[in-house]
Amino acid sequence: MKLLKNLLKSPMFVIGASLFLLTLLIALVGPLFYKITMARVGAQYDAPTAKFILGMDDLGRDYVSLLLLGLRSSLFVGFLAGVIATTIGTLIGIYGGFRGGVVDDILNMVTNLFVVIPSFVVLILISASFSEGRSLTLIGVIIGMTTWTWSARAVRAQSAALKSKDHISLAKLNGDNTLRVLLIHILPYIFSYVFMVFILQVSSGILSEAAISMIGLGPMDTVSLGTILNQAKNTGALGDGIWWAFIPATVVITLIVFALYLINTSMEGVFNPRLRK
Amino acid sequence: MAIFEVDKLSLHYLTRFGQKIHAVTDVSFNMEQGEILGIAGESGCGKSTLVNGLMGLFIPPLYPTSGDVRVGGESLMNRTPEDVRANILSRKVSMIPQGAFNALNPTRKVKDIAADVMAAHIKGVDKKQIYERLKERFDLFGMDTNKVLNSHPIQLTAGERQRSVIGISTLLNPQMVIADEPTSALDVTTQKVVIKMIFDLLEKGIFSTMIFITHELPLLRHVANNIAIMYAGEIVEKGAAEQVVFDPRHPYTKALMGAMLSAEPGQKQRKPTAIEGAPPNLANPITGCRFAERCPQAKPECKRNKQEIRIVGDRQVRCDYAE
Amino acid sequence: MRNDVLFEAKNSVCTFGHGKKLVRAVDDVSFDIKDGEIVSLVGGSGCGKSVLAKMMLGLHHPNTGEFTYKGAPITDYAVHWREVQAVFQDPFSCFNQFFTIRSQLKAAFGIYREKPSNSEMEERVDQALLAVNVKPSELEGKYPFELSGGQMQRMLLARIFVLKPKVLIADEPTSMVDACVRANILDYLMKLKEELSMTIIFITHDIGLAYYVSDRLFIMHKGKIVEQGAPDDVTLRPKSEHTIQLLEDIPEIHKEWIKR
Repeated sequence: MKLLKNLLKSPMFVIGASLFLLTLLIALVGPLFYKITMARVGAQYDAPTAKFILGMDDLGRDYVSLLLLGLRSSLFVGFLAGVIATTIGTLIGIYGGFRGGVVDDILNMVTNLFVVIPSFVVLILISASFSEGRSLTLIGVIIGMTTWTWSARAVRAQSAALKSKDHISLAKLNGDNTLRVLLIHILPYIFSYVFMVFILQVSSGILSEAAISMIGLGPMDTVSLGTILNQAKNTGALGDGIWWAFIPATVVITLIVFALYLINTSMEGVFNPRLRK
Repeated sequence: MAIFEVDKLSLHYLTRFGQKIHAVTDVSFNMEQGEILGIAGESGCGKSTLVNGLMGLFIPPLYPTSGDVRVGGESLMNRTPEDVRANILSRKVSMIPQGAFNALNPTRKVKDIAADVMAAHIKGVDKKQIYERLKERFDLFGMDTNKVLNSHPIQLTAGERQRSVIGISTLLNPQMVIADEPTSALDVTTQKVVIKMIFDLLEKGIFSTMIFITHELPLLRHVANNIAIMYAGEIVEKGAAEQVVFDPRHPYTKALMGAMLSAEPGQKQRKPTAIEGAPPNLANPITGCRFAERCPQAKPECKRNKQEIRIVGDRQVRCDYAE
Repeated sequence: MRNDVLFEAKNSVCTFGHGKKLVRAVDDVSFDIKDGEIVSLVGGSGCGKSVLAKMMLGLHHPNTGEFTYKGAPITDYAVHWREVQAVFQDPFSCFNQFFTIRSQLKAAFGIYREKPSNSEMEERVDQALLAVNVKPSELEGKYPFELSGGQMQRMLLARIFVLKPKVLIADEPTSMVDACVRANILDYLMKLKEELSMTIIFITHDIGLAYYVSDRLFIMHKGKIVEQGAPDDVTLRPKSEHTIQLLEDIPEIHKEWIKR
């Protein structure tokens, strides 16, 4: 509560959070107010009109509808990838940092292995190997499973720093087992860190999805911001100066990621003095 | 003539919840050249807040409420922290902090940290000259000068680190030194080494006037000429060191002495007595004597009447009933 | 082996690191500690007293030599910690700031294989709080950061009153509290010894404090026990230069310390 109060004093956080909540709100309740249609309502790349303010796509579909759906997909992918990456990373990091010794060395080696392997290349290879039935969920899972190293490293350092604290010794003297120590005596102390890592993982998930879709390896079952860009690229809209084909989607992605970075940076400012103490 | 004057200084700070804590109230004292004033008190009595006030270093959430601090007649109030750091600290008033670890940048060698302090204040000398002067100064401290200067803080022992901090704080021969619990984190043997170094610097005339803040009264008896006892933000007693320690007048000083232990033969039977209760909350306005709640000699009117500093014999005491 | 001996060390060595960085934290110490004694380990920082204390808790193990509790090496921690408990130096860092103090006092029962009933646990926590002069109602819903250092140190002691172990390892419990509170903490330690006939291992750098509380003093220097004996013998007729040094280094009110 106190933290929230401090966060609200930071203009960066307020801007970032409101921007993000706004996109979330639009994604969730937008379809209630705007009739989404996937049907053909105009000609190929019709220019914006008063009724369809962002014009038509390659197949004559309404761009506002596409963007709303794409936004939902991107947020979903980001959250899914973020949850998976943060969970894997936190589990590996917290345990390795706390246990130390050989276990930590092994987990560290695995983490470093994943750092060295360019995860984007792995992402492309796996995506490409699913030539059929490549769903949005699958993409999210793949992104999550290849980008967790970042969380693992951040959490490991925190956990290792905490393990020699007195309250951990006392918890052991209370007979607490490792699981209880990790969950009750370490996790709450590093929760702010985990949350910050999560925010970054979400934004990198959104970016990864956009990138992979843009090169044509995106989900086949739905529209995402990345697939909109892919379509614009494939049909040469960029060269023809059809701005409504790529600018709105790019702006939306940029705004979400920008908002998440603002939240992350402002949180660092608020949490760190406390951690230093 | 007094070189350091503190005139009815009151300070407050704001908590995270916006509550105003009146940490220091109505503190006044003057210091002559060559005086060593010890300020003693338990944790939370306001002595650490006072340190920042005495340097004129007001960084939110700390604010001056009223009063004045003057060094050589020049007021330290109403200055920005940048101004204080550039023009007051190191040369006029220098501080020796408690935690040497926090005071030294862990990524740099001691000589570089020290060189920065010198370079910031002495213009027109090159790096080589600075290092030479550093070596000359550090040779006075009775340590392996080359080793200490070329080490990172983490490579030094706690004692070497604290002595380095003292060396750096006094590089520019400040008019005044404020030592804020400089030995509290050290064991007794290291403490003695550090105090010896301070005495050494005093003897060599590197500096001559010092405020020494600690919660250890026995230490002050050996270090200070005069002792001021603080309780709940106020000075409750001030006098010559020996007198305050051996013949305390304020009930709080008496209680504090009663709680001391010593390893002197035959002292095993003397039981130290704890002072029950806790100091008042400084967020609330206090009308009467601040120690009344815990004072064994308290009279009913003590809780109503604000106590002022009075002269009792050779002493200043903030108690209407002290004799 | 006499059956009133709790801890027994024979040429115990505990080292950290290896090669050039090898540190002999505890170096060839031999002693025994009897049931019901208050023994103080005294020495400056880095003398090995805290490592020796952690060996008694079973948190460190001797590399060579024997180190036994009641005649056997410490292997089963849960069993060991039912009898041997500790209070640490910094009471603030000992409690988890995300939970109430009361819930953490209750968590101490986790060391038993079978926990008492909830009402009995509550009852014992109440009694422990009263034993350190804290009204249970005053602590209701309080978190660690809401108390003062002195109060927190009392909470650590309350935890000991809850568990009533056989042995208490007190690692500098008074070095971070004020003189007034220090006297208070010592009173409670005495109470633990007198009422529960607890064995107390008191770790301090202050030989004056050790002199006051203990039946026996172990003076430590660089991992070795350089002198041991009754407080009066050690302080009045010190034999080791390190003991003399420690005695001289304390700034006593009545005695010359450093000449100026």
